Amino acid sequence: MSEEAAKANPAQSGNGWEPNILAFCCNWCSYAGADLAGVSRFQYPPTVRILRVMCSSRVEPSFILKALNDGADGVLVAGCHIGDCHYIDGNKNAEIRINNTKKALAKIGLDKRLRLEWISASEGLRFSEVIRDFTEEIKKLGENPIKEVKK
Amino acid sequence: MNDIKGTENKGAVPKDNDEKRVGVFVCECGVNIGGVVNTKAVADYIGTLPGVKVTSVNKFTCSDSGQADIQQKIKEHNLNRVVVAACSPKTHEPTFRACIEQMGLNQYFLEFVNIRDHCSWIHMWEKEKATEKAKDLIRMGVERAKLLEPLQASEVPVTDKALVVGAGVAGMQAALDLADMGFQVYLVEKEPSIGGRMARFDKVFPTNDCSICILGPKMVEVARNKNIKIMSYSEVKAVEGYVGNFNVKVEHKPRYLDIAKCTGCAKCSEACPVEVPYDFNEGFGTRKAIFVPFPQAVPLRAVLDKENCINCKACAKACERGAINYDMQPGFTDLNVGVIIGAVGFKTYDPEPRHDFGYGLYDNIITAMEFERLLNAAGPTGGHVVRPSDCKEPIRVGFVNCVGSRDKATNIYCSGVCCMYTIKNAQLLKEKRPETDHTIMYMDIRTTFRGYEESYNRSRNLGVKFLRGRPVEVKEDPVTKNIKVRVEDTLAGEIRNLEFDLLVLATGIVPNEGINQIQQLLKLSKAADGLLMEAHPKLKPVDTTIDGVFLAGCASGPKDIPYAVSQGSACASRATILLKNKKAITEGITAVVNPDVCVGCGVCIPMCPFQAIKMDEKEGKANVVKALCKGCGTCVTACPTGALEQSHFKNNQILAQVKNVFKFDESVMNKQRSLDSSNQEVAA
Repeated sequence: MSEEAAKANPAQSGNGWEPNILAFCCNWCSYAGADLAGVSRFQYPPTVRILRVMCSSRVEPSFILKALNDGADGVLVAGCHIGDCHYIDGNKNAEIRINNTKKALAKIGLDKRLRLEWISASEGLRFSEVIRDFTEEIKKLGENPIKEVKK
Repeated sequence: MNDIKGTENKGAVPKDNDEKRVGVFVCECGVNIGGVVNTKAVADYIGTLPGVKVTSVNKFTCSDSGQADIQQKIKEHNLNRVVVAACSPKTHEPTFRACIEQMGLNQYFLEFVNIRDHCSWIHMWEKEKATEKAKDLIRMGVERAKLLEPLQASEVPVTDKALVVGAGVAGMQAALDLADMGFQVYLVEKEPSIGGRMARFDKVFPTNDCSICILGPKMVEVARNKNIKIMSYSEVKAVEGYVGNFNVKVEHKPRYLDIAKCTGCAKCSEACPVEVPYDFNEGFGTRKAIFVPFPQAVPLRAVLDKENCINCKACAKACERGAINYDMQPGFTDLNVGVIIGAVGFKTYDPEPRHDFGYGLYDNIITAMEFERLLNAAGPTGGHVVRPSDCKEPIRVGFVNCVGSRDKATNIYCSGVCCMYTIKNAQLLKEKRPETDHTIMYMDIRTTFRGYEESYNRSRNLGVKFLRGRPVEVKEDPVTKNIKVRVEDTLAGEIRNLEFDLLVLATGIVPNEGINQIQQLLKLSKAADGLLMEAHPKLKPVDTTIDGVFLAGCASGPKDIPYAVSQGSACASRATILLKNKKAITEGITAVVNPDVCVGCGVCIPMCPFQAIKMDEKEGKANVVKALCKGCGTCVTACPTGALEQSHFKNNQILAQVKNVFKFDESVMNKQRSLDSSNQEVAA
């Protein structure tokens, strides 16, 4: 999507169900990328809540499980691109951990609700696109089934 | 949940007892937040959360009155945790940390919630949802704030030496300023001579003074300065360490001659039978396989280009001082410096691969840099501008602006200098040969700074023609080799067919290889344009996100010479703060081992990218070296026992946010219901 289109096209509101997404963003790249999306006014759906960590490698699988257990319909972990990590290779550790967590989640059919993305400090547009795309994907999946069980 | 220990801060006014007394300050940021988020409703809701003693809405929380409000409420309500919901912590976290520290609170008792960049600005048309989102974000912040623990920022010593990478005009200025302030400077330059791109220019706008005449003395000054160690023909290969204490490995490429014996007499060049295109002259004319880079080179020493050398040994015979050494190997130097200044420069856009405007297809189309060398009295033609096809002096010269700039197909940004150097180039040729006819084809003429508009007017008065339009078709006349250009004059609204003897492309500024190298070595951020990113585009234009690393010149965006020089001085000034104080304050966020829980399994040790965790063999416990730990938390996640914690990002602190983002404690809900009717007493 072009930058103009991202700015002109307001996020879909409507009356439909909106998912809850928790995004763990690393301080140096993805959080700054989200800041840039803001500064550039790239509109995206209000489905995401950002939680800042210093590095994507700080995200423990238990945080993700807790989030999914406590009402998140999707969890995004975002870090620096491979090779650009502020802490040299923290994101490689994150990749291993998130992939393992995904495997575990696959057993209960929740793996599609976890996503790992690399978003740099200059990729404000990409940040907004990722949120849009992930929101759409979660919308297709529907509400997190754990919520239903817990009711 | 861990209990929070008392603050260790000197003379802490409100004692940090078990009761968490949170104050929440919601900023409207003018209309940036207030125009979208219903801040009053947000503050009312947040006021119902347990532990929140006071909420306040300010037009600008960062202003004097906003900060005074925070300080007053800390006093009035005996607050021990402060939540500021405003812009990005990257903008104002330090502001509010200092604000609460003045009131005796530990600076880490601040929680910053981003409801502008991450909320109001990106949900401009969804006010209600943005308001709900702001409530969620602040609720996360409040729950986290209640668990924040006091931390002390630590001090690290700073080695009072500096490394400057790149000896163009920006790097030289930084080195000179630092050296004049008495600090030892290592100036590393990958080319055989210092001077950078400016050494190649003929004259510089808007004053049209001779470039090398003003740069040359500066180069000599650098060489003479006792505090500057020039490392020419060298490259930085590895950087380790952190602010105040960088260990740098520099590689010295072999010149195949002893620099101490060489005098730069160039007898070797005279003897050398090999001729190759002269890169200093943009490929015009030739140089020998062994050569002195240019007459004003510093250091004035020859260099042997082994790729083109045929091993005839003629140079060794010609050298009276026996300086030539064909078996020279690369050398290495290890440096320890406190700060690093990156002034790695740029390159000009290369129109060859895309054949922009016929470049590379037709002989008589050249770039402005090539034109610059032709104009130069020391250039390949002795200052006669000639066209490549027949070496005749052109009469009709066309200039095309914005080649590789302001173009979606190449680079969208404006290179900033092309309008001015094109105006200058046309002026210079017109002054040299008044019979010439110049047409500048432009999109917009940008003459931003002092003397620039005057220079533009001067060229108009000289008779240089300005045509607003971009060529749509460029062809060569097969017989005369003239260049035929079809261009729409957008001001007159008509198509013009023009014929030129020579067409000059104003190529823009693009990132060079050095930018990629230094980005990877120092872990800097790169912007979408491929150039390096500064810590803040307005308030920290020469700082980077890496403490102790600064940027000058075109590496962080297109600049003209005065701007690059100013940035060189600015870097020196910023660096001096560290070098003079001999200490740097580092972030208090590190990994911490709880020795009672650690079983000494050692899983964390290979996880650390900075080798900051050592095993205490005697105790059998892991030990974090605070000065080396950068606080990423990767080891914390790996620790199987939970003995490692990342201060300020402890498990319970992060989980408090996770638990409260979409669903929160029943007790909170109950309290909210009970207070719904009677929450009016909360200040707003």
